[in-house]
Formats: sequence, structure tokens, C-alpha cells
Amino acid sequence: MQPLIATRPSRGTPTKSARPEPAKTPEQSAQEKRANLISRAVANVQANMNTGKGGAKPQPDGERVKADPAPSRAAYRMQRVMLTPAYRLTIRVIFPFLIALVVATVYLSDEERRDNLLLTFNDVRNQIETRPEFMVKLMAVDGASDETEADIREVAQIDFPISTFDLDLDALRETIQGLPAVGHASARIRQQGVLEIDVVERDPALLWRSRDGIRVLDKTGIEIAELDTRAARPDLPVVAGFGANDRTEEALRLIRIASPFADRLRGLERIGNRRWDVVLHPDMRIMLPDEQPELALERAIALHEAQDVLNRDVAALDLRLAARPTIRMNAPALERWRQIKDVYLGAGN
Amino acid sequence: MTMLYETQRAMRNMRKAALQRGVVAVLDVGSSKIACLVLRIDQSGVHYQGDSAGSLAGQVGFRVIGAATTRSRGVNFGEIDAMPEAERAIRTAVQAAQKMANIRVDHVIACFSGAEPRSYGLAGQVEVEGQAVTEQDIARVLAACDVPDYGAGREVLHAQPVNFALDHRSGLSDPRGQIGHTLSTDLHMLTVDATAIQNLAYCLKRCDLELAGVASSSYVTGISSLVEDEQELGAAVIDMGGTTTGISIFMKKHMIYADTVRMGGDHVTSDISMALQIPASHAERIKTFYGGVVATGRDDLERIELKCETGDWNHDRREVSVAELIGIMRPRVEEILEEVRYRLDAAGFDHLPSQQIVLTGGASQIPGLDGLASRILGQRVRLGRPLRVHGLPQAATGPGFASSVGMCLFAARPQDEWWDFEVPVDRYPTKSLRRAVRWFKDNW
Repeated sequence: MQPLIATRPSRGTPTKSARPEPAKTPEQSAQEKRANLISRAVANVQANMNTGKGGAKPQPDGERVKADPAPSRAAYRMQRVMLTPAYRLTIRVIFPFLIALVVATVYLSDEERRDNLLLTFNDVRNQIETRPEFMVKLMAVDGASDETEADIREVAQIDFPISTFDLDLDALRETIQGLPAVGHASARIRQQGVLEIDVVERDPALLWRSRDGIRVLDKTGIEIAELDTRAARPDLPVVAGFGANDRTEEALRLIRIASPFADRLRGLERIGNRRWDVVLHPDMRIMLPDEQPELALERAIALHEAQDVLNRDVAALDLRLAARPTIRMNAPALERWRQIKDVYLGAGN
Repeated sequence: MTMLYETQRAMRNMRKAALQRGVVAVLDVGSSKIACLVLRIDQSGVHYQGDSAGSLAGQVGFRVIGAATTRSRGVNFGEIDAMPEAERAIRTAVQAAQKMANIRVDHVIACFSGAEPRSYGLAGQVEVEGQAVTEQDIARVLAACDVPDYGAGREVLHAQPVNFALDHRSGLSDPRGQIGHTLSTDLHMLTVDATAIQNLAYCLKRCDLELAGVASSSYVTGISSLVEDEQELGAAVIDMGGTTTGISIFMKKHMIYADTVRMGGDHVTSDISMALQIPASHAERIKTFYGGVVATGRDDLERIELKCETGDWNHDRREVSVAELIGIMRPRVEEILEEVRYRLDAAGFDHLPSQQIVLTGGASQIPGLDGLASRILGQRVRLGRPLRVHGLPQAATGPGFASSVGMCLFAARPQDEWWDFEVPVDRYPTKSLRRAVRWFKDNW
């Protein structure tokens, strides 16, 4: 490089050309052109030297010239292929999937291997399920009477010890709730392997006498049990008649209203699945209308308090028509009433 | 001419295909760096209306999604001179840009600055066939331009009709549908060495890329760094690159002259390297850190350590002042600018109504260059930076990327060139259906 330095006249005296130059004479510009040509030649030569072999210029390490980072042709092509969406999908998703599929198919095509695999799987599964942590050893029933508890144990049909994985608590709960005596049940597995069942029993509220026998109903009309005799539950009021179990709430209300003569009350009877009769002890009925029977019953009580109706010899107090309460008298009373009337008439004449 | 016509048309079709696919890469093959930008084109919703550029200077519709730069290898004076090296450099840039964009690019629009561009002004004149000017009349007037003998081994890179005149009215941008008798046109044609384009095409082919267009670096730099008024009123762009300095003159939004001075920033570096006897990489470093063209008193005081590894202690432990460095750089910069002045004078830049000059390119970042340039080139000199485009990384917004950004604009919305117009009917092949249709139209 050294011999080339001297070829440019302006190079040695940089300060001179820093000044704005005066207008050039033709000789000067010709000289300058020559200088340009020379400098261009110099630049050419130099550039060729610079980019001679592989563009790697001999340079000191201090200037941290990095190695040529160009990718190889194969790497370049590979990257381009991987940037193509179809190829990328194929290589990343479809190929692995196919390979896995083929491997699995080949491996599972043998009957023995398949059985072995299944066996191993079941074995491991069984081992895990029968670990003591997952075993249930006994059942505790809370809130149930002895009979109900016996029923629950009968319907649950569980052979202890059993794994929690084999225990379907929801189904168990449904089954227990299906028992007539059980109102609400919850089942859960407590620690130390106890299956705890909390039961709320239904309260018996009524007896329903029908042709088939006597049944115990709760306040919503659901049958809890059957009784052989009325005497088994003397504390419960009796209703009778077809459809009486559907209107238990109304029946209970009427019984509560009729409490002033509770000692005489034998029960209620549903007539034609439409209205109620209140049946009192010495063969007497209060016939209530199908609408607002409570009001009518209260009226009957008021009538009784005022005129002592129910202590008289009356067969029925008919309140079905609110505008016209009627009394049906017994035959002897009617006889007697006629005699009295005749006597009165006779006396009058 | 026909050959080139066909290749340019083929490239245009390739460009259309690329735009339809939505992804195209632009490649600036410079002699100091090779830059590759990957563009995602979305032309929907872009409606170019007449003269106004619209929002963002009309460059909506595309977005830079990948950008990469690499040190240039095997490229000298804007031409490829070591094919494998250049190929590796292009591969590096394209690979990095593709990786950033995460998409594969097949079509590339490239620009280069070398290959001795030469400008020609062509003129053509025909009589209008019907009453109003039709597409065919334009085709005929373009075909009627007298093509100069630009020599064997050269190719037409750009050929743009810059002006149409109808009878006495000149300055028409679109004469279609206007009524007149005589249609004439002015055409600017830029030819370059055919071998340079062939080398570039071959290089890109070896990188598995398809060439969808070629542009002159001077031209695309002008698109990106001139503002709209300057393009309209007339301005010259000086793109000071590594080993070449491109010149282009714009007028009425068309390039009317382009040239290249085969000197640039690398020559300044090699001057420093030779004068101070230091390695070129270190010379480049102190040029970018301390370089300038106007020395002040303070520069005498500031000393720069020179690093060499020759083993000679006295040689390796030298210092120079910044003033000395400036003294080395200034003559070369002056020389470049004077050469530019010479070319501009030769092109008749003096006669343009507007004398605006815009300096851009990597070497235009020398501090104080605008002052020096205004002494040599004229008063109205400014430093130019490329326009802002969507998604361009901050690192690629400097003046060194003016041509890359210009390529983006060129790719998204090219100006009409000769080969974009219709082919005159008499040049169709004999069996063409359009020729038959034309015959029917003429006879009935």
C-alpha cells in the first residue's frame, strides 16, 4: 500500500484544500481530472485488494471482526422449507403423528402383547384402588330410627371393605332417598374409611284409611308406612276417601281449626275427591263446601258456640251452600220435633 | 429491445404474483452493506387519488415485517464481482429477514447502484387515429420513440414516459380521452450493463429466489428521500454510498436523469487507512467516531489513539489530532462532491427551475457535510432521511437505508414504465385474438 500514498497531490496537504478554492483555470481543472483518474485507479486497485480472497481482510483482533456468519446452502434451504406452512405442518404434526400411529399399530397387532398390556394396566389400577387409604370399612347411619336404619342397610347392599373408586355415592344417596321413610339423605366418606350417611326421616302426620288398609302419611301426603290397626297410632288424625292423600295440607289445617272439639273428632272424609266432611263422634258430620272449607268450619264452630248445635240430635250440619246452612236431623229427633209441633198446634186449637 | 421488453414484462407479472401472495422481499445490494426487508402487502383499502399522496405519503398498504442487514461481501462499486461471496451475503440477509418475519419469501425486488447507468431522453410523435386519445395511441407514441443506439451488452433498466403533449398543450400526465391531433411524449430511459443484471439475477437464482423487479438505486433513493414538493418542482438526490455515489434528478414526480460516481465512503476510509497506516477496520471506526469535514480549534486538542498490531512499539503507539483526520477526509469528500457537481452540470441541472439538492446515503452522515456541499453544489442543500414506513425498525431509519425504503415504495406502488402500457396492435403476433378484434373494430 505504501507506494500508492504519494500519487495524490492533495493528500499531503489536507489543510490547503480545506479552504474554499478559487475559480479554477483550465490547466488546474485538467490537472484535477488527471488526479481524479489516478485516484480512481488507486481506489480500484485497493478495492480489488480488499475484496480479494473470500472478503476476509487481514485485521487485528482488537477490532472484533466476526467470522463470516453466512449460513450454508443446506441450512438456508432447510430454513426456507421450515418456513413453508405446509412443510412445517407436515414435519411438526403429521409426521410425528403417523410415526406414533405406526409404532402403536405394530406393537398392538400381537394378541399376547395386547393382553399383557391390558393385564398390567388392570393390575396397576387395582393396586392403586385397593390401597388402605382408599378403602371404606364401615357405614355409620345418623338420624334414623332402628327400622329405617335396617332398611337403609338392606337397600345399600355394600360388602365392606370396599374401595372408594367402586362406591357411587350419588347412586347410594338416590337409593336411600327412595325409601319412603327417608325425607333427605346425604352420603359422604369420612376419614379412616367410614361411610357416613345422614338421614332426615319424614314425620308421620296423618293416617289415611282406604280399602287397602291404613297408611301413614307425612304432611305432604307421601306414604311412609302401612299400619295394621288404627290403634297402633292413636295420636294421629285419620282421613279417608279417594284423593285425601293429595290434600293433606288442607286436611291438617281443618283438623287444627277443629281443635275445640278434638275429643269428638273421628276424622275427615274426602267426598268425591272434591270436598271434605268432618266426621264427629256420635255419628255426626259437618259437610264443608269445596271452596273455602276453613271458613265454613269456623262458621260451624261459631254456630255451635252460639246455639250448641253439635250437642243436639243432628245427623249432619250442611254448610255446602254458604247462604243456606242446613241441618239434617235424626229420625227420632224429627219424630220428637213433629210431636212437639203437634202438641203445640193442638194446644193452640 | 424486444428481449428486454419481454423480461421486464415477465418481471412485472412476477411482481403481481408476489403482491397477490402478499409477501415480497426487497433487497438493496450495496457495496458496504446488503439490506433485506420483507414486506407484507395489503392493497385492499388503498385508493390512490390523483395528485395528493394521501395519508402517510401514500404508503399505506404495506408493512415491513422483517429486516436484516449484513456486511457486504463480493460486491464492489455496486456490482457483484465475487459471485459465491455475494451469494452468501445475500443468503445471510434474506435468511435473517425471513426469520424475523417468520415467513418464507420467494419473490425479491432488488436494486443496485453500479453498472454505469446512462440516461437518455427520448421523444416520439404520432397522429391520433380517432378523435380522442386511446390506449392504443399511447402505445403507438411510445413505440414511435426513436431509441438511440445504446450499445450492445447494455439493458434498459427504467423507461418511463415523463410527459405527454397533445397538439400545443404539454405537461399532460394522462392524455387518454382527450381530443387532439398530434400526440407526442418524452421518455426517460436508463440503461445499465447487462452483465451486472445477469450476475444479480444468477446470484438470486442460486439463493432460490425469483427476481420480481430490478431498480436503480439512485431512482429508489429519490422516491424515498425527496418530499412530494421536491419531486414535483425538481430536485437532485445525491446518495452517498460505500463505493458509489448515486445521482438522480427528479422533476414532475418523474426521474429525468440518473448517474453514478464511482466513489464513496469507503474511499474516505481507505484514504485514512493509507495516510495513517492503520487497518481499514480501525480507519472506519475512527472515521465514524471522530470524522468530519470542517475543523475547528478544538479539534487540534483532541487526540485519537491509533491501534496497529505490527509489533513495532513506536508505530503502534501513535496519536493523531482530529484536525489531521479531518484534513485527510475533506479532500476526498470534496472530490466526490466536485465529481457530482460535474455530472449535474453535464445533465443541465442548472437550467431546472428548482435547484434543491438532497444528500442522503450512509456517507452523508459525516458531520458538516451540508456546509461543504452547499459550497460546492449550491445553496439549497439539505440532508435527507428516508420516509417513515410501517413497521420499519428504528435501526433501519437512517439515511443509509434510503434506498431500502425507496424499494418498499417501488414495490408497493411502482410508476408506470414503458412495458406497463399496451403493446401496439401491429406488434402483436399475427394469430393474436386481439388483432382480430381490432380488425373487426376498424372495418365495421
